[in-house]
This record gives sequence, C-alpha cells and structure tokens, in this order.
Amino acid sequence: MSLISDDIHRLAKLARIDITPAETARMLKELNNIFSMVETLQAVDTAGLEPLCHPIAIVQKMQLRLRADVVTEVEHREANMVNAPQQENGLFLVPKVLE
Amino acid sequence: MSATPIGWEVVIGLETHTQLSCASKIFSGSPTTFGAAPNTQASVVDLALPGTLPVLNRDAVEKAIMFGLAVGGTIAPYSVFARKNYFYPDLPKGYQISQFEWPVVVGGKVAIVLDGVEKTVQLTRAHLEEDAGKSLHEGLETMGVSGIDLNRAGTPLLEIVTEPDMRSAAEAVAYAKALHGLVTWLGICDGNMQEGSFRCDANVSVRPTGQKEYGTRCEIKNVNSFRFLERAIEYEIRRQIELIEDGGRVVQETRLYDADRDETRSMRSKEDAMDYRYFPDPDLLPLVIDAAWIERVKSAMPELPAVMSKRFISEHHLSSYDAHLLTASKATSTYFINMVATGVSAKTVTKWINGEIANFLNREGIAIDDPQMPSKHLMMRLMASEARGEITFASARNLFRSWCEQLDQQLIKLGEAIGQEIEQSQWQRYLDEKGLRSVSDISTIEKIVDEVLAANPKSVEEFKSGKEKAFQSLVGQVMKASKGKANPAQANEILKKKLST
Amino acid sequence: MTRDFSSLHHQSLTQLRAALDTKKISALELAEYFLVRAETNTDLNAFLHIDRDLTLAEARAADAQIASGNITALTGIPIAHKDIFVTQQWRTTAGSRMLENYVSPFDATVVEKLKTAGMVCLGKLNCDEFAMGSSNENSAFGAVKNPWDRSRIPGGSSGGSAAAVAAGLAPAATGTDTGGSLRQPAAMCGITAIKPTYGTVSRYGMVAFASSLDQGGPMAKSAEDCALLLDAMIGFDAKDSTSVATLDKYKTPISARLLTAFALTSRADASVSRPLAGVRIGVPQEFFGEGLSSEIAQAVDAALAEFEKLGAVRVEISLPRTSLSIPVYYVIAPAEASSNLSRFDGVRYGHRAAEYKNLADMIGKSRAEGLGAEVKRRILVGAYVLSHGYYDAYYLQAQKVRRLISQDFQEAFKKCDFIMGPVAPTTAWKMGEKSNDPVAMYLEDIYTLGVSLAGLPGMSVPCGFGHNGMPIGLQIMGNYFEEARMLAAAHQYQLATDWHTRSPEAFQ
Repeated sequence: MSLISDDIHRLAKLARIDITPAETARMLKELNNIFSMVETLQAVDTAGLEPLCHPIAIVQKMQLRLRADVVTEVEHREANMVNAPQQENGLFLVPKVLE
Repeated sequence: MSATPIGWEVVIGLETHTQLSCASKIFSGSPTTFGAAPNTQASVVDLALPGTLPVLNRDAVEKAIMFGLAVGGTIAPYSVFARKNYFYPDLPKGYQISQFEWPVVVGGKVAIVLDGVEKTVQLTRAHLEEDAGKSLHEGLETMGVSGIDLNRAGTPLLEIVTEPDMRSAAEAVAYAKALHGLVTWLGICDGNMQEGSFRCDANVSVRPTGQKEYGTRCEIKNVNSFRFLERAIEYEIRRQIELIEDGGRVVQETRLYDADRDETRSMRSKEDAMDYRYFPDPDLLPLVIDAAWIERVKSAMPELPAVMSKRFISEHHLSSYDAHLLTASKATSTYFINMVATGVSAKTVTKWINGEIANFLNREGIAIDDPQMPSKHLMMRLMASEARGEITFASARNLFRSWCEQLDQQLIKLGEAIGQEIEQSQWQRYLDEKGLRSVSDISTIEKIVDEVLAANPKSVEEFKSGKEKAFQSLVGQVMKASKGKANPAQANEILKKKLST
Repeated sequence: MTRDFSSLHHQSLTQLRAALDTKKISALELAEYFLVRAETNTDLNAFLHIDRDLTLAEARAADAQIASGNITALTGIPIAHKDIFVTQQWRTTAGSRMLENYVSPFDATVVEKLKTAGMVCLGKLNCDEFAMGSSNENSAFGAVKNPWDRSRIPGGSSGGSAAAVAAGLAPAATGTDTGGSLRQPAAMCGITAIKPTYGTVSRYGMVAFASSLDQGGPMAKSAEDCALLLDAMIGFDAKDSTSVATLDKYKTPISARLLTAFALTSRADASVSRPLAGVRIGVPQEFFGEGLSSEIAQAVDAALAEFEKLGAVRVEISLPRTSLSIPVYYVIAPAEASSNLSRFDGVRYGHRAAEYKNLADMIGKSRAEGLGAEVKRRILVGAYVLSHGYYDAYYLQAQKVRRLISQDFQEAFKKCDFIMGPVAPTTAWKMGEKSNDPVAMYLEDIYTLGVSLAGLPGMSVPCGFGHNGMPIGLQIMGNYFEEARMLAAAHQYQLATDWHTRSPEAFQ
C-alpha cells in the first residue's frame, strides 16, 4: 500500500491541521515509511481473536465501574475559563459558527 | 394535513434524542439543570480540560435498561462506549462519547394508533451518549463571533432509532407522540420539547409506489415540536417529489428545519462527507449489565401503558380506543384514575377526557397537568353534576369552556385559589347563582315547547309532511330557548307528544 | 550562617529522610539547595518551570508537618514533575507550544498524592511534546541534554525527569510511560525507574497521549527510592475509570517488603548471600538478536550473571512477537492520540492563531501552529488507521495482535518469575542523529513496547556503561501487580552492585 498526496490532504482535513505543500511532501514520505513498517501486521493470523480493550483484561474480567447519580461539582467558571483565548459574559468566543 | 401524491411512497425513520432526567451528567458530577448562566454547569471534565477523564453515571444506565424493558428490546449484557470523532466548537473533546457497534438496547417496538388503526414501529436500537454544548449568536452578531456555552455538554442522552417503518408525516408524529408518552410515563425524560429534552431527527425519503429500493434520504434536524415535525416532514416530502419530478436528484444531506419560513434547508457546516473514525473509548471499559440488575430495574418499573390499558378495558368496560387514549400519557392516566376514585363513573370521566378536555388540550398544545387546566376539584364537581343530571351536558360544556378561557369571574371568587377543595354546598350555590341547573320540571319545558311550536309553524309543517330533519331543528330551538338547560330527554319526549296531537 | 550541604544531591531518599529527621537540614534548606542546583544548571534544559516562592511555601508547610511529628517517609523531600502532569500552581505545557501558557485549575491525582505525602514540588520537567518521542528532541521548548554527555540525548519522553535526577537537580521525579518513556530515559541517564501495572497509578491529570497505554511512575536513584515513591503514587482513583481496584498485593507498602518479598525461610537453599535462590529469570532470545549493540548485550549478560550469584536461575524463554510490537504500538498509540489531541482546537484554552478567516481556519491554523512535527505525524497516522475502510485492517488488527503479544507474556510467565533483558538496543545517541528518520527512532523502542502493550510492569536498573561512557539499563519485567517483587529483586541487585550510585562527572 502506498499513500498519495490526496490522502495526506484528506487526513489533514479530518484532523483539522492546516498543512503546507512542503509539509505534505515530507509527511507523505514519512507516512509511507511508517506504513511499510506497519504492513507486517497484515500477515498475522488473528482469526477468532477478540481485540484487547484493557490490558488487564487478559488476566481478569474487567468491567466499567459506575458512579452514583450525585451532583459533586460546584461552580468554578472563572477558574475553568482562565485559559480561554477569548471570552465574554461567561461565554467562550469563537469566529461565527455557521449552521 | 396533506396527503402524499398518488404514485409515491414515503419512507420515514426517526432518531430521537431523549435527555435522561438524571441529576448529574453522564460522565461528570455537574448538575443538569436547564437555564443556568453560561458555563456555570461545565466542570473541568465537561470542558475537556487536559488530564480529565469520564466516569459513567449509573442512573443513566438504569434509565436505558428501563426503556429497553418497556419496548421489549434486548438489554445488551455487554455494550461498549465509542468515540465519534469530529470537530465542532460545542463539542469540547473533539469527539462525542456514544455507542456504536454495541448499543445498550437492541430492538424493541412501539405501538401507535392512527385514525383508529393500530400499527407497530420497530426500533433498531437505543444507545447512551453525551449531549453537546450550544453555540449562541444573539447579541454577538456585530462582533462576528459566536459564544460557546457548555452547560449542556455531557447531559445524558438516550438516542432511540427506529427502522424506516413510517409511511407518512402523520405516522411519524403518532410515533413521536407515543414515544414521548412512554419516556415521560417511565419518568426517564421530562419530555420538555421547548428545552430540548426530546428532540427528533427524521430521515425522509420518497420512492415511486412499487419500487423496492429506498430512495436517497435526507436527515432533518432541529425539530422541537410535534407540529413542526409534521410540517418539516411534509415540506421535505414535497421538496423531494418536486425535485425528482423536475428531473433532479435528491442528495443525501442533513437539512435544518426553519420554523419561521416553514422550510428545510441544507446545513452547509455538515456538507463534508463525515468520517467519524469511531473506535472504542480507551478511557471506558465495557459496560456489563447482568440479569440481576435487569431484574431489579424491572421490579421498580411503573405499570406500562399497554398493561394499564388492558386493565382499564376489563375493569371499566371501556373500548380499546378509549383505553388507548387514556393511557397515552402518565398524566392522562393519573387524571383518569384520580377522577374515578372520587366516585364519578369511568364512562363519564372517559367521555370528558377524550372529548372536551382533549379538544382543549390539543388546541392549546398543552398536557392535562398544565396549570391552564381548570382544577381537578372543579372538574370533579362538574363531571359529577353532569352525571347526576343536575346540569345538562351542554351547560357543563359551556361552563368548562368559560373556565378554560378564564372568563368566569365568579369562579375566581368561588375557588379563591384554584386548586382548593370545593364544598358541595359551595358548588350548589355556584350552580344556582349561575342559573345553570337543568330544567326537568315538565310544566316549564311544556311552556317552552309551546312557545317554540308557535314561533316555528314552518318547521311543524315540514315535520308533519314527513321530514325528520325538521324535528331535530325543533329540538335545537327548544334547547336554545332554555339556554341549554332543558333536560334533552324530556324535551324530546314532550315535543314528540305535542307534535303527534 | 551557611551550612555545607555539598554532597546532598546524590543521596538517597532514605538518607535525606534521616537528615531531615535528625534536623541536620530543614525541608526549606533542602528545597533551597535543589532549587539553586536547578537554577544554576539550566543548560541541561531539564526544567521548564521553576517558581521558588511556590516551592519554598511547600517546604515551609513540610517543616511545619515535621515539627508536628505527623509525617510520612517522604515529608519534606523535594520532587519535580514531568510537565505532563497538570498542576494548579505551575504552568503545564506537555512540552507543546499549544499549551505554552496553560494553567490547570486542578492538580493531577499523582501530584495531589505526592503533595499529601508531604513532598515538596521543585517545578516542572521538560519532555517530548505530549510525551511523543524517544529522545526529548520533540519538546517545543528545546531538547534536554544528557548529563553524562551534553552532546547526547537523554532519552524520552521523560527526558527532563531522567536528566534532572541523574544530574542531581532533583532527588526524585515523576515520569510517564506509554511505550518506554520511563524506562528508556532512565537507562540512558543511568537512573532507576519503574512503570507499574497499567491501572495502578491514576491517569487523572496526566495530559493524555494514548489512554490504553499511558502509565505514570517514579524515577530516582535506586529501587529503594522508587519503592518509597511508588507507595505514595499507587492507588485506586474513582476519577479514572481504568483505575484498578486496590488489591491485597498493595496493602503492605512495597518499600516495607524490599527484603521480605522473597520469603527466605520458605526455601531450603536460601541464605543471606543467595537471597534470590530459586527465582527464575526468563531471558527472551528475541531481545538479544540483530540490532542490539554488543556492549549492551555484554552489560546485560553481566547483570544476569550477578543475579545468578544472588541465587537466581536463568531460563530461556521466547517472546516470539517482539518485533510485531513496533507496528502494533505505532497503530494503537497514534490512533488514540489522534482522538485525545482533538480537544486542542483553540476554543477553550491553548494556542489560538493570531489571524484567521473563519472558524474552520482558526482551528486549522491554531493546530498547525501549536503542534509540532512528530505530533502532527502521529495524528495523521492515527486518523488514517481509524478512518473508514482502514479501521479493520489496521486498528482492529493491531488490537488483536496486541492480545497475542499479551498472551505470549502470560505463556512466558509460566516458566519464570521475571523477564530480563536490555531496555534499548543502543546507548544515548548524538542529538540530531535520528531526528530526520521517524522509523529509525521508532525501532529503538523495540524492547519496551511489548510490556506497554500488555500493560505489564517494567523497570530499568543501571547495569553498566558503554565505551562512550554512556549508561546502560537492565530491563526487569514482571507479571501484573508484581511491582513489590520486581523492586525487591532490583534492590538485591543494587545491594550487590554500585552502578546505580555512579553520577556524571560534571554533576558530582
């Protein structure tokens, strides 16, 4: 398998990372190197195997722990928004959202 | 309501996001109260600050189990939370935690009744997920920005997905209403559509009658009332048929319903073909639900509407149609049960709930427990008096209407505060003061009948020449002359007697 | 009056404890001592954030605790945290431009636990951006230098932590390990570190890289020090859904079992000189194949011989899928990372581009400017392996092979108590040597990835030096929840050897 420039553009768009033509070229070469290394996986027979969701699941049954439906959080808006690039009246501001 | 043009078949599937009425969010301990100041209910987890992790709310799972049991679906013994990856400013993590391959509820069905015909809508699945936040624009237009409020982010949702089983907007609405009735009945969702607690997305497609393959579908979002759901689907059906008839093709896309313009329009922001890159969320382990847990939830469940409906039929000898209407919502059934408990006959109560009261509620678009409804105590007195013949049905109906329109100043005096118990003596005095007592005194009615006959020689003539219709007109005149107070049976009898002499 | 504390910086935590307990030094003086060292050795670029007022305030609080007599083994001892752990008072950058000025409104569970134990925070340590890297050259705030040779890398991603401890700028540090990020820099800087079993140390407050692999752990001078630190770090955390319930195995502190974990009396042939009698050490043949430098092979072999002297027996084992751990890891870790790093969109925190046309442009530019090359590379790889049409062939296949790799370890542990081998195929390389070849860099992780994928505990113990004078680490791998026995075995080794006491000449 080999990726082409369009793949890099598609991935960059999916990942929302603007990418320059120079970066695209470099990324294409690097990703192809990575995937030729990754390709060895395809030869492994994994028929009938379940994926491993949590490493410890290999030795013991693991299941999701649940919390009681109790409000434990108190308001900390000011502290929680201290890193906001732009805010006003308790709202995070972003360029206009089009729907 | 417009019918589907001949030659076309409509195919509709619904995806409903029901906000589960949990006190805290699905993955954090933040409150879920509606209407708080922006971002005051958004914790570090809800804001997806670096280092934060989700922990699942047990109550959200119980509510999903309860729903699954109520619709006869399978509760998955093992289900998995997955990440749905996409960027949107109101989606703090850049992914939504949802369920994909392994939902918590599989299958199930919801019965609907439309024009007296029963139909079953098959459910595909129901899965747990977190809600997103909101983008706000009001007051920010001049700055060219939007404000992000993440109070709603992380609110527990149960997304309920149907098979493409519905064939008209009316069916879709009937299903949505039945589902709404069920989730509020179970108490798992408050059903408040204005606040977005119950939101429907409709997948709509059309195909020529007889064609096997489905047409290309569009997903309509942003529908927050049953009325809009019906209008949005009808608009979309027209749009798609016209498009195809004009030689065009339907493009699969997400469309937004604009209630002000009564139209759907393409959502530009969702135009990109989405590749959500779902994968199991490594921050959460598989959700395991054992039989014992399901049993515990089952034993704590309220009697289901279908069961209650059957009980009403056998206990009160109601028609299945009436029983179905009475159990359409928890509020209605509770109203019925409480009213019958006061001693008014089930037949009378049913007649009122499914008749006058239903008309009023439909017109206003409100539920029976809405404060606009006259108090239960008043309604109890009203129904009892009507059943006993103290007032005629016509008078009772007029009285009810005046209460509903809040035109009755006397009532306000009577009840002082509406909702208080009303003494029998107080009520009787009220009827007297209003002069509403039905007239059963034979001589009074005879006098009225005589006057009516004298004033309507033409109708009398017609009746005698064999026109039955003229008789009804004369009855109407008698009722009118008595201001609706004449006992209709007696008026009938006396009129018949006088005309035959 | 100034007192002479000149030799404190290479003392063990037990020695520092004794100095504090006997009032030879106060917590404040100790903090001041290490602050000065951190402030005067900035050329290593190990520290990213130092705030002496904050540190000294914590030290005073520790002195008050000491005065009240209500102390733990760690009260008053300084520690520095990898900048992956969020802290309320020090900035947290994760080594990324994206979080250059980020201040967390809460402390990571690990930070909180160590603070509760009375430790004094010296500041935050440099690391590869979002912990992605094996050389620490991926930090947006500059590479960290190896204290043994400043022209060489310290390893990564916990390179700042390893360099700080090796240079005596901090007596202990926290680190995180996703594919070897505790063990490999420990090996390259000649210190001791342990990555405990996945789920035993809370991930709450660790800036996530790959959630199913990330695990925090201690870095220090010895197994004994690591045991003391691990006791304070380990424990169930309700805020982390993957945190494992506290097991009986951890009820008695690990540090109290260093000499008792191997019950000498239960084995007939055990004696004081042969404390590890009968302990079976599995040596995987795959860890000694092509690519391993001969001097590392020799150093590891010598270490194994030392363990034999202590009574252990060598058992040949096989971990047949060792080489597959590289592709498996480089599918799973980027997949999880691509999703974990989506939250950095410039909306609520983090870098936002100065100029943009619209919302999409703002996000695309902010991420392009805020994230470094290696991070972008992994995000794109991750997006690819999860995307429609590739998920089954890559992500799902990798998770299945991961199961096979884990099963291999379980098979191996039927034949042995521990597995030992090298940590890395080479000693610390020259800066810039591999920065242009990502795959070459990835191949360096071959011996550490298996343990990470299986969620097993693994540690690195100094066991010698290469001809270039650079330290070599011995990797000790145990079965799940076997940290106490691993540290006990390492402790016996360190009682018998002195590799762990060596320090770089420039920092003695």
